[in-house]
Amino acid sequence: MGRLQEYEVIGRHLPTETDPTPKLYRLHIFAPNVVVAKSRYWYFMKQLRKVKKSTGEIVSLKVISEKRPTKVKNFGIWIRYDSRSGTHNMYKEYRDLSRTAAVESLYQDMAARHRARFRSIHILKVVELEKSDDVRRQYIKQLLTPGLKFPLPHRVIKSKKIFSPSRPSTFY
Amino acid sequence: MSEEFTTVNGSAWRHVEVGRVILINKGDYAGKLAAIVEIIDHKRVLIDGPVSGVPRQALPLAQATLTPIVIKLPRGARTGTTAKKWAEAGVDEIWAKSAWAQKIKNREIRWGLTDFERFQVLILKKQRRYEVKKTLAKAKRSA
Repeated sequence: MGRLQEYEVIGRHLPTETDPTPKLYRLHIFAPNVVVAKSRYWYFMKQLRKVKKSTGEIVSLKVISEKRPTKVKNFGIWIRYDSRSGTHNMYKEYRDLSRTAAVESLYQDMAARHRARFRSIHILKVVELEKSDDVRRQYIKQLLTPGLKFPLPHRVIKSKKIFSPSRPSTFY
Repeated sequence: MSEEFTTVNGSAWRHVEVGRVILINKGDYAGKLAAIVEIIDHKRVLIDGPVSGVPRQALPLAQATLTPIVIKLPRGARTGTTAKKWAEAGVDEIWAKSAWAQKIKNREIRWGLTDFERFQVLILKKQRRYEVKKTLAKAKRSA
């Protein structure tokens, strides 16, 4: 999956004689493009309500862009994913500049730790954690320490040359 | 047991910290200075270089080199504040004076030289070497 975007998709069942004004349903979908966003909308709607693409319509679709893309935020993400042996719910936290970036790292993380693919992950909720007390995971908590600082003790500087007259130094 | 204690000094690493000035070594802004405004995680930081023309952005630490310069910044300082503190601390002057900056400058000058200018450098270096050798021989003889 390429770079993700957040879409707000609104759709409904087609009007029928029994129900001339069907309810509108709005979903926030993280997808790489509009086509995938629409497809995912119908995928979720089929599971939640008795609507499918052939009996429904998409009323509006718009991209939601990050309000403050240069502010570092902590995000809590609730997901449901199908592993090889069952379905699990999960809560994970990410520290990033945008919701989409957090979700991107979630997909990478799930792929790395659980070999989970895009198709087997449902994102239930993405919430910005505004107070540091709301942060639950130690791996994010450790980054919220006041006056945080750390060295970069070991660095491998990659040279573009094939041969080098001297051994590389990892001291930094 | 003697009552003597040895004091253990921590190593003088340059730390990744808010206010640390970094040199970007990759990408569009390579060779420019910027200040760390906030630490995103152990591999990425939010940087801002309003004076040096680097827009506020996330940067992987692999693309940065830490300089010895640290300015006083509040965490998550905005661009205006960063510019002010940057000027107050005189980062550009400190940097221009440093041996590191001089080296980069000289390297760039040497890269830009034409064939004839490189030849001139060769001759000048030869002359300098000759003068040094001459004075050294003189000093040796008199000693």
